Amino acid sequence: MMKLTDLLRFLLIALLATAALSARAQLSIEITGAGANRFPVAVAVMEGESQLPRSVTEVVRGDLERSGLFSLVEMGPRPMSDAVPPDFAYLRTRGADAIAVGTVVPAQSGKYEVRVRLYDTRQEAQLDALTLTMTPAQYRATGHKIADVIYERITGLKGVFSTQIAYVVKSGSQYKLQIADSDGANPQTALASNEPIISPSWSPDGGRLAYVSFEAKKPVVYVHTLASGLRSVAANFKGSNSAPAWSPDGSRLAVVLTKDGLSQLYTVNPDGSGVTRLATSSSIDTEPAFSHDGQWIYFTSDRGGSPQIYRIAATGGRAERVTFEGSYNVTPRPSPDGQTMTFISRTGNGFQVAIMDVATRQFAVLTDTGRDESPSFAPNSRMILYATEIGGRGVLAAVSSDGRIKQRLSVQAADVREPAWGPLPR
Amino acid sequence: MRYPLAASMLALALLAGCSSTPMSSDQGASVEDRTAGAGTIPTVRPDQPQGAGLAALRDPNNILSKRAIMFDYDSFTIRGQYMPLIEAHGRFLAANPQMKMLIQGSADERGSREYNLALGQKRSDAVKKALMLLGAKEGQIESVSLGEEKPQCTERTEACYAENRRGEMLYAGEF
Repeated sequence: MMKLTDLLRFLLIALLATAALSARAQLSIEITGAGANRFPVAVAVMEGESQLPRSVTEVVRGDLERSGLFSLVEMGPRPMSDAVPPDFAYLRTRGADAIAVGTVVPAQSGKYEVRVRLYDTRQEAQLDALTLTMTPAQYRATGHKIADVIYERITGLKGVFSTQIAYVVKSGSQYKLQIADSDGANPQTALASNEPIISPSWSPDGGRLAYVSFEAKKPVVYVHTLASGLRSVAANFKGSNSAPAWSPDGSRLAVVLTKDGLSQLYTVNPDGSGVTRLATSSSIDTEPAFSHDGQWIYFTSDRGGSPQIYRIAATGGRAERVTFEGSYNVTPRPSPDGQTMTFISRTGNGFQVAIMDVATRQFAVLTDTGRDESPSFAPNSRMILYATEIGGRGVLAAVSSDGRIKQRLSVQAADVREPAWGPLPR
Repeated sequence: MRYPLAASMLALALLAGCSSTPMSSDQGASVEDRTAGAGTIPTVRPDQPQGAGLAALRDPNNILSKRAIMFDYDSFTIRGQYMPLIEAHGRFLAANPQMKMLIQGSADERGSREYNLALGQKRSDAVKKALMLLGAKEGQIESVSLGEEKPQCTERTEACYAENRRGEMLYAGEF
């Protein structure tokens, strides 16, 4: 565990990073205390929304609430149209620093047009305006898009409410690879098998998943196109094939093969061609993950006697050790913004999600659970999704990169594991 | 005991004259004829292991029916107690070069799934190397890992963890 001074330094770094991003965004409101103070925002019921069978406003509110960064100012059931500027003085007395108002109007062929405006009540200025067209069934997707805009305007970070997650559900002897919205809604099964499925990894465009399936009584790496359900083998060499990780441009997969002996790092094309050995060691090398810029591959190796995290240039070369504290540091996952890396560290409390600042190598344990596995960054680098165990059952949980916001994803299932947070929709 | 189904599948595969690939339908038909005592003449295949050797693989009193090797925590060394078992299978493979084996290595559930997959691989590799020292050929054996994914025992006790740190030797038709 880190010392208090280290923790303070770490929080300061996180705070400065947040402030820098906020300054870059158009909105000048700062989040201080790295999420300690929730930003007070009002989301009024949209005028004309009663025409829809399901409420878009509730989806927006739920997203913002769950993010842990906002406190929702109660606005009552009275709808507020986007056509008239709101009463800023009144909103300030209610404590709302920003407000979203909107109007739903029928459009052609059973669709609806949703117009939303976001205002800064202190500056009395419009922050953003957007118009979306939706079918009534798309009320969730529409709500997520609105919440993404509000989140981005106020925090300066991309909203991730419209993203999807992949995970594996085990019930009895059945394994299902599922895809759901980031809030756990709309789960769909991409693969159902009687043999284990592990290590799902999203292609950067979100269209494909690479994973390891044991359906051939041994680990084989597949690439699965979600829209068509078509699968192809990416690596099925003699021995074990595992741990696929996409390069940021989607052109290559890093994989672990044992065809030449120990578990070693290779890269292949997603169609299985062009296998190239990345490194040669006399130890276990596994769990590769590309850095955001594709320059480095972080991986786990026991070359120093215990499993620790190393990195190697994606073109090969000499490996450099990254973790030094503790006797078990595994599953490195560099953040999409390039500033941090999350991983699993064995501490006095068990296996826990930790984060390290790439530049300073400062690290902190983020969770209070003891059986954490498979950390995965949200595309905005703000949250980390991971698998853990609560009450003897596998569950998914998320923690903010400063450790302050903690969520648990309640997916209705017996045993959930191996989460992977998908990319931003294109 | 633990392999009744696997053993009977092996028996069927071998009776069908098919030691390394799944049965095709016509081979399955000949098995039915044979077991039904339909009076067909058995095919002699000198390159197949002889009856006594085959029976040994599923005879609970024969050491060849034992297939599992347990490992210590964080260890890939085959303990002395398993040497007679390794020797028996090594000699069997050497004497029956057409026989193929899959070795599945496993790890206990603690820690990363992918790292445990690599640990299981080290265990199956250790078994493969030991068998090759006794005359088994590289082409006869594939060593793979199941990591922590197929535990024999699901309780969270040291005894269970020890049971799950294993290498399992399976002949073609048994997996």
